[in-house]
Parts: sequence; structure tokens; C-alpha cells
Amino acid sequence: METLHPKARRDPFGSKINRTHSPILAYGLPWLSIMLGSLTPWLPVIAPAPVLPPLGFMMLLAWRLLRPGLLPLWAGLPLGLFDDLYSGQPLGSGVLLFSLTLIAIELLEIRFPWRTFWLDWLTAAAILIVYLPVAAVISGAGAGIVQLRVIVPQLVLSVVLFPVVARIVAQLDRLRLMRVRRIS
Amino acid sequence: MAPPAHRRTGTNKKAQMGLFAGYVVAGLGALFGVALLTISLLRPETFNGLRAMAADVASPAGEAGAAGRTGSQSFFEAIAGYYRAGSRNAQLEREVEIARIRLAEAEALRQENARLKAVLGLDFGDTEPVAVARLIGSTSSSMRRIGYISAGRSAGVTPGMPVVSPTGLVGRVLETGARSSRVLLLTDSESMVPVRRATDNTVAFAEGRSDGSLRLRLVNLGINPIKPGDVFVTSGAGGLFRPNIAVAVAREITRDGAIAQLLSNPAATDVVVVEPIWQRPAVEALASTPASTAEGEVPEG
Repeated sequence: METLHPKARRDPFGSKINRTHSPILAYGLPWLSIMLGSLTPWLPVIAPAPVLPPLGFMMLLAWRLLRPGLLPLWAGLPLGLFDDLYSGQPLGSGVLLFSLTLIAIELLEIRFPWRTFWLDWLTAAAILIVYLPVAAVISGAGAGIVQLRVIVPQLVLSVVLFPVVARIVAQLDRLRLMRVRRIS
Repeated sequence: MAPPAHRRTGTNKKAQMGLFAGYVVAGLGALFGVALLTISLLRPETFNGLRAMAADVASPAGEAGAAGRTGSQSFFEAIAGYYRAGSRNAQLEREVEIARIRLAEAEALRQENARLKAVLGLDFGDTEPVAVARLIGSTSSSMRRIGYISAGRSAGVTPGMPVVSPTGLVGRVLETGARSSRVLLLTDSESMVPVRRATDNTVAFAEGRSDGSLRLRLVNLGINPIKPGDVFVTSGAGGLFRPNIAVAVAREITRDGAIAQLLSNPAATDVVVVEPIWQRPAVEALASTPASTAEGEVPEG
């Protein structure tokens, strides 16, 4: 009797026999990774000026654009609140901006149901170009030429780094769909 | 990727209502954000407890990271030392820089001594540090410049205390948690420190510009006496910071003062010292007067 190849019943997400997806991993990982992104102030990088991109927000964008429907429409409320606790922004700015972003993407998706990565990047860039100046204005730091000059490098860095974040999210998405739960 | 099919509701009444409810909840979330934002802009101290608690939860990880930062730095420096003498050079340069700042501070002290010789019976005493802490992290993408240190209420830290590094003033404590505190860095646009030129009594205010530099504004307008390279130290006005802590060095001259470079770059700072409020009774008296600002930094006449 011929035997099957040992990898025959496996795919990139693990064994197809006796294993299934874990709901905790599949639904928890997006939330967890966005919250980790919001924790960048605890990185051992101490910046005299705002230079790092808003990683939590970019993670949210990447997850939302990669997997529509995975994050509920109200996800901006808890995730924004968590981001506010650490970002240094006045409490509520993340809640507002995260919620508005999710609603905006939802409306955009009705207009463009099928999208390519380039359109995703364009969307993310447009949202970041609005998000960073608005966040700077409502941070209470005052809006002037100096503040504007500070934002521009951060903005360019954020837009350029978005594909990297999207790539990380795509890898996390594969991890998310691993079949890890044993069916007995 | 295409949106999932369950959002194309068709004539399914229940699905339509579900989708509508999603929009309503998200809209309410945004409104809730507006409400929170209004409260926190009008009364910034409202959510202190919440943030301090969150900072306490995350601080152990940050502390480990901070230890790793210095650890890895010395590790790589050791390796680099074998390959190039440049790292040694960099270290010496750093030492020279500190020595130069010390020299300016000593000069300021000498000045201060001469000025105060006449004032008899005035005892400043030694400032005993309240706590020694690590600078764990700082806000990275927000316009506000707020740092986190690894000492809180349990170490006796209270809001308003100056935070000082070996190279100069870093900021002052804004909120305290049990084991960590938030520090308003000097470069934050809300930060204002009374300073004077180390060599004479040209007094000014150092305001943060959120881009890593400070804006010096002279108190006595007239002919601007500042020259690039002048070192500014705290003047002690307002009672919050003790005099003669190095703050900044003037870089370019403006109409009413100068743009100054921060002396204690927080990025290069690891261990900081939390000092007591210099003139606590005076600051508290100011803070309790309803007419004065809560910051207690009213310029003296």
C-alpha cells in the first residue's frame, strides 16, 4: 500500500486533520498587536521631538484595510482610549480620531469595494496626512510654523513606513489563522 | 480584499438594523471622544489617576527596556572599541562636554555667591535628592513632550518636583503613580522655566518648542544682549527649581531673545535625580492663592 507524503495533509496554516483555528488567536491578535503599537512610548527611545510614526494608529489602519470586517466599527473607542493613556495626547483625542477613521474607511469601502495595495497605501497616506496635523492641533501644543515643521518629517516617515507595517500585519494575519486548537 | 458578504444586507431587515446599529455605536464613540477631549482640555488634571495607573502597569517592561538600552549601548561600545578608537574619542568628547557644562555652572555659582554675599542669614541648605530614577521612555509621536520615570509616590515624588540629569535640567514631575511618574520635558510647549545667563543677571523665560529646542524670551526688553553660545541656568524665580541648574545654550538670536539648544538631551539621559521643590512653602502659598496660576511659576517683579 502506498503511503501519503507526510506533508500531504498540511498547508501553511498547519495540519488540516484534527486541528482548527483558535478563536482567541484569530480575534484577539489584531487587538493585541494594535495595543502593542500604542505602547511605543515605553520603547527605550527618548525623543526630544515627535519623530516616531504613530504605530498604534498605523497598525489599526493596516488591519482594517487588510481584513475588512474583522474589527467592529466601534473598535475605535476602546483602542483609542488605550492609545490616549500612553500617547501623551489629551484623553479623548484618540477615541475621537480612531472612531472617525474607522467610519471614514467604512464609507470609502462602499465606494471602492475592491482595492489593491496601492489604493490601500494611498488611503492610509491620506488618512495619516489628516490625522497627524489634527492630532497636533488638539494636543494643546499650539499650531504654528514651528509645529508644522516638526510634523513634516514624521508625516513622511509614517507614509513611507506604512508598507512595512502592512507587511508585519500580513505576517501576523498568517499567525492569526494558524490551526492551533486540537479537536478531540 | 473585498468587504465580507455579510455587510451586503439586501432585504434582510435584521442585518440592516445590525449594520445601522454599528454606525450608531461608532458615531456615539466619536461623540464620547469629543466629550472626553473637551473635559481633558478644559480640566487637564481630571484623568490623572487613570493615566498614572496605566503607567504603573506598563512601567516594569519599560524599565527592563531602559536597562537594556544602557546595557546594549555599553556592550556595543565595548565591541566597537576593538575595531575603532573612535568610540573612545566619543566618550572623551562627552566628558569634555560635561566638563564644559560644569565649568559654566561653577561660573554661575561664583556669580551667585558674589551676589548673595551681601544677603546675610539666608541658608539654602543642601538639596537632598528625593529619588534617583531611570528615564524610561517618552511620548514618541504626539506633539506633547512627556517622559516617564521609574519613581513614584512610594519614593516620595510629588507633582512639581524638578527632574535633573548630570548634564542639566530635564523637566518637572507632572503626575505621579505609585511606582512611576510622568515628567513634563523642557521641550514641551507648556513648559516654561525662569532662567538667567550664567555670566550675569540677564533673566529670561525658556519655553519649549516641541522640536527639541527652547525659545528664550527676555524679561527686560531692549537691546538684546544674548550671543550665540551663552549658557543659561535656572534663576530660582518662582521657587520651583533651585538656582544654577544648567538648562540650555543659545544657538541663534531672535528679536526678543534666542533659540536655545537643550543641554540635557533626554535621548542621551539614563539616570535622573528627582529633587525637592526648592521653595515649597512659597510655591504652595502661590498655588493656594486663587488669583495665581496652578503652575506656581509667576514671574517675580
